[in-house]
Amino acid sequence: MATASHTHDDHNDHGHDHAPGFFKRWFFSTSHKDIGILYLIFAVLAAFVGIGLSLLMRIELQTPGMQIFADGQAWNVAVTAHGVIMVFFVIMPALIGGFGNYFVPIMIGAPDMAFPRLNNISLWLLFPALVLGVGSLFVGGTGTGWTLYPPLSNSQYQAGMGLDMVLFALHLAGASSILGAVNFITTIFNMRAPGMTLHKMPLFVWGMLVTAFLLLLSVPVLGGAITMLITDRNFGTAFFDPAGGGDPVLFQHLFWFFGHPEVYIMILPAFGIISHILSTFSRKPIFGYLGMAYAMVAIGVVGFVVWAHHMFTSGISVDTRAYFMAATMIIAVPTGIKIFSWIATMWGGSLTFKTPMLFAIGFIFLFTMGGVTGVKLSNASVDVILHNTYYVIAHFHYVLSLGAVFGIYAGFYYWIGKMSGKQYPERLGQIHFWLTFIGVNLTFFPMHFLGAQGMPRRYPDYPEAFAGWNLIASLGAYVSVASFLFFFYVCYRTFTSKEPVPANPWGEGATTLEWQVSSPPPFHTFDELPRIR
Amino acid sequence: MRAGSYGAATVRDWEWRRRGHRLGFEGMEALRLRYGRTGLGMRRSNVSRFAGFLALAGLATGLGLGLTSASAFAQASGAVAPGTSPSPEVIAPIDWAMGLQAAAGPVKDAIHDFNQLVLWIITAITIFVGVLLLYVMWRFRASKNPVPSRTSHHTLLEVAWTVVPVLILIVIAIPSFRLIYYQDRAVDADMTINVTGRQWYWHYAYPDAGNLAFDSYPVATADLQPGQLRNLDVDNPLVIPVGKNIRVLTTGQDVIHSFFVPSLGVQKYTIPGRTLETWFRADRAGTFYGQCNQICGQNHWFMPIVVKAVPQAEYDAWLEQARQRFAADQGAPAPVVAQSGVTQPGGVTTVAELSR
Repeated sequence: MATASHTHDDHNDHGHDHAPGFFKRWFFSTSHKDIGILYLIFAVLAAFVGIGLSLLMRIELQTPGMQIFADGQAWNVAVTAHGVIMVFFVIMPALIGGFGNYFVPIMIGAPDMAFPRLNNISLWLLFPALVLGVGSLFVGGTGTGWTLYPPLSNSQYQAGMGLDMVLFALHLAGASSILGAVNFITTIFNMRAPGMTLHKMPLFVWGMLVTAFLLLLSVPVLGGAITMLITDRNFGTAFFDPAGGGDPVLFQHLFWFFGHPEVYIMILPAFGIISHILSTFSRKPIFGYLGMAYAMVAIGVVGFVVWAHHMFTSGISVDTRAYFMAATMIIAVPTGIKIFSWIATMWGGSLTFKTPMLFAIGFIFLFTMGGVTGVKLSNASVDVILHNTYYVIAHFHYVLSLGAVFGIYAGFYYWIGKMSGKQYPERLGQIHFWLTFIGVNLTFFPMHFLGAQGMPRRYPDYPEAFAGWNLIASLGAYVSVASFLFFFYVCYRTFTSKEPVPANPWGEGATTLEWQVSSPPPFHTFDELPRIR
Repeated sequence: MRAGSYGAATVRDWEWRRRGHRLGFEGMEALRLRYGRTGLGMRRSNVSRFAGFLALAGLATGLGLGLTSASAFAQASGAVAPGTSPSPEVIAPIDWAMGLQAAAGPVKDAIHDFNQLVLWIITAITIFVGVLLLYVMWRFRASKNPVPSRTSHHTLLEVAWTVVPVLILIVIAIPSFRLIYYQDRAVDADMTINVTGRQWYWHYAYPDAGNLAFDSYPVATADLQPGQLRNLDVDNPLVIPVGKNIRVLTTGQDVIHSFFVPSLGVQKYTIPGRTLETWFRADRAGTFYGQCNQICGQNHWFMPIVVKAVPQAEYDAWLEQARQRFAADQGAPAPVVAQSGVTQPGGVTTVAELSR
């Protein structure tokens, strides 16, 4: 929708370009592009740990009985670490820190983020956070699940400093997110190029704007909750201990007041990416642009008032359940608007099925599947028998592992040529898509059946009656892990490619500003501010 | 015995509706009164679907009418009680099964039917989206459609895909609201059972039967008798009489656990310092399996639940025998399960005290 009045890739003045040395460029970087790339590298590093843990978990669950884990606590530690790492150190850094940093300034025609040095701090706070989080695995770990519910997370039941390390890791990651959110909001509100009104902003930027607000408003609540947990554990306070006048359910409310917006934080940027890809490869403008933008705003707003649907069996009163049920179901409406607008974007288009498009279409279908099981789970009546079962695992992996992750892969294939100046090998990309698509569905679809039969989550060993589908899920997980490794081969082939990438490799469908500048874009992207018609 | 109690409620409920009360113009409290006691209208899956279609149609003519008709239909079909199996049945997870566990009582019956309604709807939506995607991919591929249209707005379409999901949600929400009020608590409970989750076993108390209380430990794999299920069987099951509305009060002692028996449609956390209420009823004699469903430490995976529903006479006999057998346990503190680095809290209020 936004088009620069004239292109800039033809007259880069390299005399004005910075050429810092390696160390200075990558370790003291204040360039949004370099920081974005570092975020992506960080996410890939963390993904090794997170996916490695899930591989161990699926090996354990392949057959009944204890296989490779020493005991239930070791298992709980792995489960917790997988969740924390995937959420805070893989998906968020990749989507928000990575693609967000790299493309938001370019898409709005800004030379950089509003606070480049703050941006640098946001990035580098994550490394000690990851070190603390992964390090906790070696000093006892955290056996509470990523939800950290007390009393299980009290010092009485989780002794040792493993859990404290995770709490401090969350604090650091949270600080990083808040600083990043401040930066994005300021950038998007103040640094748009002349003519780029809010209603002309690319949808990815809209997604990032809503995400930044969600982060700014929800992460401090997590910070408060885990600070209270830290003092409960270490300084004898009793915020969550009934014996001292506290309440374990208070923690659940605080956690999910953060936790529910968090799931939208993970998916909204992916929504934006998918919109651009569909538009590009359909050679058609986005259908219902305003509806799409405000659907994201609506999801963000309503996402803040649905948190207790995670607590339907925690004893909240029936009227409270009724409210949270109704509010949760309402989210299906803006989500439906997005799904159908995406399909309408393709309708009448001239579709080419490059790898990013495959991931985007896969995203739509699989996100729909994860979405409709969410509608079922939103009903407190059925949630009574599905809460905490594998049905929930299937649901949130469909929206996150197949939603957010497909969004990341789609974004990677869409933009890697722009970021690196080297194009991915198309055939290998498509093989990667199909491997991933088959693997994740094989892994997570059977989990619906396990959950319907009542298999509880966070079990290292289960009755024989759950063996069948668990075996299938494990086989699927091996395919998925293989596809992840194959992705590295694709990366290797990409970065060793000799084929230069033009400013716009995708043709007339790619209308956003990043396709107006060279691949990779020059250090300051624009020598003069682009004007948006 | 089961049909009797159900039948009485049926008549009461039926009269409530005949007096012409309409949904949508009354408070939640009235809803609770109306639907809290029985789950009529929830007992047949086609009834729920029927109610759904009617509710959809009712949006044009008024919601109340549609629901009243649905209730009437439910009444007509609900009069026929499902056959009571004479031999005790076992409801446990089944390998390769894809659906919910079988239902053993009215709460789960109602959940079943509602689940079926929602499953139909979400399956239809998923197939619809899938087919649309395939069609679009085939019809508008670049080789067939080289010149893309520039259409980016269609007001009617956009209104449609906003309004239709709202209607679908209403179809889902109406039976769902009725169901949560029905599930919430037993209005006329016949007896109360206090459930305490402990690391890592269950403690059951029967306040109506004097001080009867006992622990229920899982059976270790090495000690399994033939026919017992690994990770599912326990030494002392929770025994209940068939056909009685059982109020369940859960509380926690150490960490949060979750009392979860899928076939009875019941799940509630057991939270230290809190007493939560729920209820269930087994309409058939049988053995119903469940498992702890909230991460609670080391042996979270090894604290199963067994509920054994027996006819009243058998229950009375069991009660007599259990009183003597578990007499020694009464008032005794919970045994300390030593784990490395994990200690038990002492001096916790018992369930019986909390529930009074």
